[in-house]
Amino acid sequence: MYRYLVNRILLVFPTLFGAAALVFALMRLIPGDVCLVRLGSGGTSFSEQALQACHAELGIDRPWLVQFGQFLWGMLHFDFGISMWSGKPVVDEIASRFPISLEVALIATAIAVVLAIPLGTISALKQNTWIDLLVRTVSIAGIATPSFWIGIMAILIVLDLTQWIGGHPWMPPIDYVSLWKDPIRNLSIVALPALTVGYRYSAVSMRMTRSAMLEVLREDYIRTARAKGLLEKIIINRHALKNALLPVITVVGLEFAFLIGGLVVTEQVFNLNGIGRLMVLSVQNQDYTLTQALVMVVVTIAILANLVVDLLYAWLDPRIRLK
Amino acid sequence: MPLLDVKNLHTEFRTGVGVVHAVDGISYTVEPGETVAIVGESGSGKSVGALSLLRLIPDPPGRITGGEVWFGGRNLLRLSDAEMREVRGGEIGMVFQEPMTSLNPVLTIGRQITETLERHRGADRAECERRAAELLGLVGIADAPRRLKQYPHHLSGGMRQRVMIAIALACDPKLIIADEPTTALDVTIQAQILELMQRLTRQLGVALIIITHNLGVVARYADRVNVMYAGRIVESGRAAAIYHEPRHPYTMALLRSVPRLDRPRQARLDPIEGQPPDLTRLDDGCAFRSRCRFAVERCASSRPPLATVSADGQRAACWRSDALASAGRAA
Repeated sequence: MYRYLVNRILLVFPTLFGAAALVFALMRLIPGDVCLVRLGSGGTSFSEQALQACHAELGIDRPWLVQFGQFLWGMLHFDFGISMWSGKPVVDEIASRFPISLEVALIATAIAVVLAIPLGTISALKQNTWIDLLVRTVSIAGIATPSFWIGIMAILIVLDLTQWIGGHPWMPPIDYVSLWKDPIRNLSIVALPALTVGYRYSAVSMRMTRSAMLEVLREDYIRTARAKGLLEKIIINRHALKNALLPVITVVGLEFAFLIGGLVVTEQVFNLNGIGRLMVLSVQNQDYTLTQALVMVVVTIAILANLVVDLLYAWLDPRIRLK
Repeated sequence: MPLLDVKNLHTEFRTGVGVVHAVDGISYTVEPGETVAIVGESGSGKSVGALSLLRLIPDPPGRITGGEVWFGGRNLLRLSDAEMREVRGGEIGMVFQEPMTSLNPVLTIGRQITETLERHRGADRAECERRAAELLGLVGIADAPRRLKQYPHHLSGGMRQRVMIAIALACDPKLIIADEPTTALDVTIQAQILELMQRLTRQLGVALIIITHNLGVVARYADRVNVMYAGRIVESGRAAAIYHEPRHPYTMALLRSVPRLDRPRQARLDPIEGQPPDLTRLDDGCAFRSRCRFAVERCASSRPPLATVSADGQRAACWRSDALASAGRAA
């Protein structure tokens, strides 16, 4: 177990290095650069000298290898430099957006897990009954419907509902406050996007739970458990679920990593200043430093999520602990 | 009074191609402490018949459609689900064919033994663990305290089957049903497991139903035998009698298809020609007739009943069992 853990953790470093090299190269393969965007954005003409001065100022006239070295060296002591677009420290740019993305991701995950595991289990146990059909229909709708549409519908429903109940429409506040400062205001901002994302997320995990459960219920050891005269409740919770959860955890882990940087459209619909929108903006502006830092943050989260998945695996399945 | 009295049991499977009559009216008894073998080839309904006793047939697609299973003065087929759970693992233990997959990979050996005890004895944790260690000793697993903390993948196939036997024995059942308990094991281990089951069931006075396709097992370990073909019992009687004087052509063919050490090495095996019948469309005749070298016209028109053919209670379902008596001796 100890060696397994150490191996997993040591593997983090080459992965991070690979991601760093990839994003560094890809950004620079896009035609143009941040100075062209900056100087030319107003449609005005600019001199070659101004462009060169800008390049020199940002340090992107130096050889790639030197720039890459600086990027890596900076990362080693958590110095991501300043944003090439806004001129503010990259760390500040990310720090102001990260909490909201993390919060949405965490709440959505909680919603997904709380919905998916019981519903998936019931659906499998009552295979081909109306309950199963209902759960599957709702979940396939969640997968098939684009989340921005669900988001817009959610806002409209809240507007109409509050109008109908209270007499005048209510909209979630727009300006973000942290959970610690004003929990109610914070949650009323985050609730709708988290629900919207959590619905789709739970649909994916629910289908996984259902199919894993169906498979496990056919296993010989479930028949053994029945032959022991155990209560159905114990057969499901102790014998079936522990085995069926393994693939579900993988899906949940992968989805979580996606939620941190991938909610571009949902953030747009709910007007949230999250990591996803910042990433799109920074790539548009060809803001090398900010994009690189953002990608590294998302990659780190993905790696951590995978690490947690692996640890849960080892905890659930003794056969993995051995290796 | 017999310990177990199965009367005219029917189990069906509804499939895409029709209704499979996997068990088509079988009747037999098991006396207390006795070992009864149920023999047949794959698809003869022997496993389904055994699982039906504990109502462990997955429904759908399977269903017990008729008959009675009398055990301890009650018809098991009429019990409520809650009452049935008391019988399973409590009064009747079960050992399955696949020791590799019949134990839960994510639970310790100890847990899988103690949960049965907790369920049926309501004993506390410490008491259950003491008993679990005792059971492991009983089935010949040394170093019980360490083994109880291990998981199935730490154990060999033979060891796992010993654990399955320990689980089956945990609550002092009156009957154990063993469904092909040694088929998945190495030949050397097979004998060990069978010896162990024989010794323990004798020692503890537990009756044993052993389901097998291996006639060697029957000859050596069973008191009585039921031979199954196409969902029905075609011959039954004392093991020695059936082994030496089979009165049904199927039993006879089975015996000839097994290599034997008491015959010359050059003697060719005599496999049973043809395929078992399609269980979705059985007619009124004898199901074995198309593969039978003794078949006569009558076999096609009406099915022979299981009739007593000898003074010691041997029974066979064949119109020509009298003719076979002499033929068997000649072979």
